[in-house]
Amino acid sequence: MILRRLAATLAIVTLVGACSSGATSSPSTAPASAAAGSPAPSSAASPAPSTAGKVTITWWNNANTDPGKTFNQTVVDEYMAAHPNVTIKISAMQNEDFKTKLPLALNSSTPPDIFASWGGGGLRQQVEAGKVKDLTADMASWANTINVGALGLWQVDGKQYGIPFTLGLVGFWYNKDFFTKAGVTTPPATWDDFLADVPKIKATGVAPISLGEKDAWTGAFWWEYLALRECGKDKMGAAVKNNSFEDPCFVKAGEDLKTLIDLKPFNDGFLGTPAQTGATSAAGLLANGKTSMELMGQWEPGVMGPLTPDGKGLGDKLGWFPFPTVSGGAGAITEGIGGGDGYAISVNAPPEALDFLKYYVSVDVMKRRGALNDGTLPTTIGAESSVTDPNLKDLLAKRSEATFVQLYLDQAFSAQVGQAINDAVAGQFSGSLKAAEVQAAVQAATKK
Amino acid sequence: MSSTSDVTVGAAGARRQYAQRRHLRKWLEIGLFVLPAIVLFVVFVLSPVVRAVYYSGFRWDGLGPLTDWVGIGNYQQALGDPFFTGAVVHTLVILVLSLTVQQPVALALALALARNFRGRTFLRLVFFAPYVISEATIGVIWLLILQPHGPLDQTLQAIGLGFLVQLWLADRGLVLLTLFVVISWQYFGFSMILYLAGLTQIPLELTEAAAIDGARTRQMLRYITLPLLGPTIRIAFFLSAIGSLQVFGLIFIMTGGGPYHASDSMVTYMVEEGWTRTSLGYGAAMAVILGVIGLVFSLFYQRLVLRRDVAGAVTSFAG
Repeated sequence: MILRRLAATLAIVTLVGACSSGATSSPSTAPASAAAGSPAPSSAASPAPSTAGKVTITWWNNANTDPGKTFNQTVVDEYMAAHPNVTIKISAMQNEDFKTKLPLALNSSTPPDIFASWGGGGLRQQVEAGKVKDLTADMASWANTINVGALGLWQVDGKQYGIPFTLGLVGFWYNKDFFTKAGVTTPPATWDDFLADVPKIKATGVAPISLGEKDAWTGAFWWEYLALRECGKDKMGAAVKNNSFEDPCFVKAGEDLKTLIDLKPFNDGFLGTPAQTGATSAAGLLANGKTSMELMGQWEPGVMGPLTPDGKGLGDKLGWFPFPTVSGGAGAITEGIGGGDGYAISVNAPPEALDFLKYYVSVDVMKRRGALNDGTLPTTIGAESSVTDPNLKDLLAKRSEATFVQLYLDQAFSAQVGQAINDAVAGQFSGSLKAAEVQAAVQAATKK
Repeated sequence: MSSTSDVTVGAAGARRQYAQRRHLRKWLEIGLFVLPAIVLFVVFVLSPVVRAVYYSGFRWDGLGPLTDWVGIGNYQQALGDPFFTGAVVHTLVILVLSLTVQQPVALALALALARNFRGRTFLRLVFFAPYVISEATIGVIWLLILQPHGPLDQTLQAIGLGFLVQLWLADRGLVLLTLFVVISWQYFGFSMILYLAGLTQIPLELTEAAAIDGARTRQMLRYITLPLLGPTIRIAFFLSAIGSLQVFGLIFIMTGGGPYHASDSMVTYMVEEGWTRTSLGYGAAMAVILGVIGLVFSLFYQRLVLRRDVAGAVTSFAG
């Protein structure tokens, strides 16, 4: 008997270990059948849909730093005060941690009810595995309160599987003082101007461009943007839809990139530089006045702040401009590479989970979020005006003018394909692959 | 007559019964004591190994059901994957360097610190300290030291060795060596302590006798110290080799296997492919290959090198 109990305890321990901190049920309440290995029909985290009894909702996100972390807790407290029968537990994790733990948790008997999602191929993988709730019917009555373009990124085969709250574009964050010092009065609008400005900045003794290629997704932005400018929205859209990057414009993108790399415009040792960790990361170098610009997403000001001694980043010296157009390319300046953050709901979550998200993306809550100016660019219609930071306002204006937004390719595809694309571009930055080889590697990855 | 024989039979039966009971009891006791260990071993070691082998036969992203059986496809993919074979080579390079550079240095230091002089305890502590600190901490510390224009570069410039400055972690040709130095910096102290412990086991009489016979220091080292230190050396080499095969933490933190796969080890590449790219089947196949390499190495090392050390130490059940 003792042994059987020991074995059962071990089994429970293993299960709980696998569920990690997301498990809301304590080991003692784990159903006996779980120990035997059969799927648990129910658990504390996902009771049968009923609004009368007590409901506990687990919410996994990657907002583990302020102001987002405190903001989320405030919204949760407000919701719980209005709905006394609902308890919402937040697990805020570091981004990479989150990405490691989520697949395990989704496979366990106690998946998080609400979890961060970036749409695209990652969401598709989870949907195809049957882990995500189809929200199409349940939110039909209020779907029109959200930016329709943003909603599209969280759809799989025309069905809504997630709700966005922020969406932005990748663009150049730059140090206005350094540009002025180099005699660059207006940010370059064409790739040729850009290539001409780089040596001018370099001549002032400052590295023109921050790049944190230890994290390969940062370099991939360059290739993706050049591809979008060379190929234009139609070919880019078709390439992603049909998994085919055969068009010669994708080779041209690599050749354009080669021209830039040959100018040696990056911080020393950029191949080993991390994207965002520490003052010597790519974002840290820009924030501390060691480099002049970085191609990065809307979160950049929020990342740069904490990396400077005064916590303010570059302050007023920081500017933003969109990726320049390439002469002869089919792409327009109104087309962008971008993406955002949103939340998905796991398949057995109680209805209160969606009800809470509805509250979270309401105009009132999102206006308060936008007013934090932390890089959140609200996707709730009517909440955009709350953003007051000049750069972020500029970015929002560009977003509303955008004729096409391609989700970052590493999100648009499954992790396997997405990382292979990042890796191929990393090969070019390290001098190991030529433009045609990058295109071939991307093509091979999407055909897997 | 019959009654006595009955008694004899009865006594013999009772004795046999008693013997049987004792036999049963002995096995029950053994079973009871061993069972927890067996349960733990099966649950936490054997079952994951078996599962890894099972998963390695599928193309699987870790989310859906296991449906896409590819047989040995993942293994074929691994052997044809230049980054995986590269990772195997990098791992072997670190293994060989550990045995040929790190271990001799550790041994030399142990020999130096075995002598009696002021401050030797302090020095032992200093050399052993890195081993106690977690890999994550050491990785971050060295990451900062090795930054371009970082403390190491500044120090080199300050003492007039500026021409030695390199992109320590960003140069594809240099990064593996840099990592080896950091790995050694953390782990040589452990081998050194093993050697020091081994040295204290060598009876002083032998060296004294040799000294009286007129042996020089080098001769004593060659004919007394090293032979008697043999078992320790063999074990230290074994642990160092196994550690090299599993090298992960420092590389993962400092370079993530980059730039562009120049510093992948078997384990970092397995994690990169298996987890980050959610190809769990492929990752499992690499884990199995890594396990087989480790197992084969261990078995051969045990058979060929360690056998003489354990030959007299195994308790036989027959007696």
